[in-house]
Amino acid sequence: MKRKIVTILLILICFLLQSTVFKTLAIASISPNLMIIVTSAFGFMRGKKEGLWVGFVCGLLEDIFYGRLLGMHAMIYMYIGYANGYFNHIFYGEDIKLPISLIAVSELVYGFGMYVIMFVMRSRFAFTYYVTRIILPELLYTIIITLVFYRMIYAVNHKLEDQT
Amino acid sequence: MRRKEHFTIPGKYILFALTVLCVGTMSVSFLTDFDGGFLNTVSGYVLMPVQRGINYAGGWMRSRVENLEELRVVKEENEQLKEQLAELTLENNSMLQERYELEEFRKIYDLDNEYKSLNKVAANVIGKDTGNWFHMFLIDKGYDDGIRVDMNVIADGGLVGIVTKTGPDWAQVRSIIDDMSNVSAMILKNSDLCYVRGDLKRMTEGTLQLNDLQDPDNEAEQGDKVVTSHVSAKFHKGILIGYVNEISTDANNLTRSGSLTPAVDFEHLNTVLVITDMKQQVDTEAADNETNG
Repeated sequence: MKRKIVTILLILICFLLQSTVFKTLAIASISPNLMIIVTSAFGFMRGKKEGLWVGFVCGLLEDIFYGRLLGMHAMIYMYIGYANGYFNHIFYGEDIKLPISLIAVSELVYGFGMYVIMFVMRSRFAFTYYVTRIILPELLYTIIITLVFYRMIYAVNHKLEDQT
Repeated sequence: MRRKEHFTIPGKYILFALTVLCVGTMSVSFLTDFDGGFLNTVSGYVLMPVQRGINYAGGWMRSRVENLEELRVVKEENEQLKEQLAELTLENNSMLQERYELEEFRKIYDLDNEYKSLNKVAANVIGKDTGNWFHMFLIDKGYDDGIRVDMNVIADGGLVGIVTKTGPDWAQVRSIIDDMSNVSAMILKNSDLCYVRGDLKRMTEGTLQLNDLQDPDNEAEQGDKVVTSHVSAKFHKGILIGYVNEISTDANNLTRSGSLTPAVDFEHLNTVLVITDMKQQVDTEAADNETNG
């Protein structure tokens, strides 16, 4: 129970930071994606099931406040969380290489997903433009933020695991 | 905990169930007006107070940092400004002449009055789109303050966007630079109709698309004012959108397209005005008055 409350609090804090502080830190109107970091991190730290729930909640929050189609983000994030769960058994904590690469891949999947669903469907095909202007800068920025942020999520998770 | 483990549902079933749920809500919100209903209310009550607090603190901190930076910049600027002053005095004389022309135009279109007669409510921007693909933002006034979907939002005398979703004390606004925004507009000086579309690709330059301009006499040129048109169903007539940036004739030789510089600075948007009169409502009232008078 405590675990759930802490997890939900963490998601809410990240969402609030994302839509306020991180938007003012945006470089060239690109800001990092905290929600992907949280979803992906819970996926590989806690397994498929928790990954998919965390992803679902993260996505739903985005949908309610900033979305057009209720459930679209929820679905993308949910699958990302679930897929990250497959790497739970090769995750050993301290090593940061696996988390970084998993979060990077998740971010790429999210970027391409958004591009396909929201832009290709409306026949906006400037693929290279969107990759170089939106997807890659966001990826880079997210990785930099991960270096700082991942430690915090890991510490929170570690503490919770010690207690149960 | 132990007892519960016997009953756990495998992850893939939850995944499947939630996928069905998401697809369901997506199609419902796509096909109908449903926008979350009770979810908006519940999540709004949880998040809004905190969001306001963070934003207030963030704004305070940023203004402190800016103060320090400004002091350094101001000294340099002071030197430059003195030089500019000399230049500007010269320019000012020619400007004065142009102002008389402008006032003439204003009289002709009588736009100012129309602007002022509309009821407005001020609101603060308290959150911006979490992703980088679109340009939605949240304001701290909602359904309880009389904000409704499709109300126009302005700032600095220019059009900002339109309300697309409301909660009890928050509302979602889609800005005109958003990739899915499409506003019916006209060139102010000759009332030629066109469309102003937001475009993610143009966002780096800070411009918008200007499309399908019906301008047989090629009158529109760089710097012309573009305002919302009288044919729009949702936007009030004559709200300034921006200025023509560049314009060229389309391949079909009938219409012209180009880009437009918005009048509003979307990067530093803090307070906005929501026009609480709806376009439809104002129109019907005006029609009533005409028939009565």
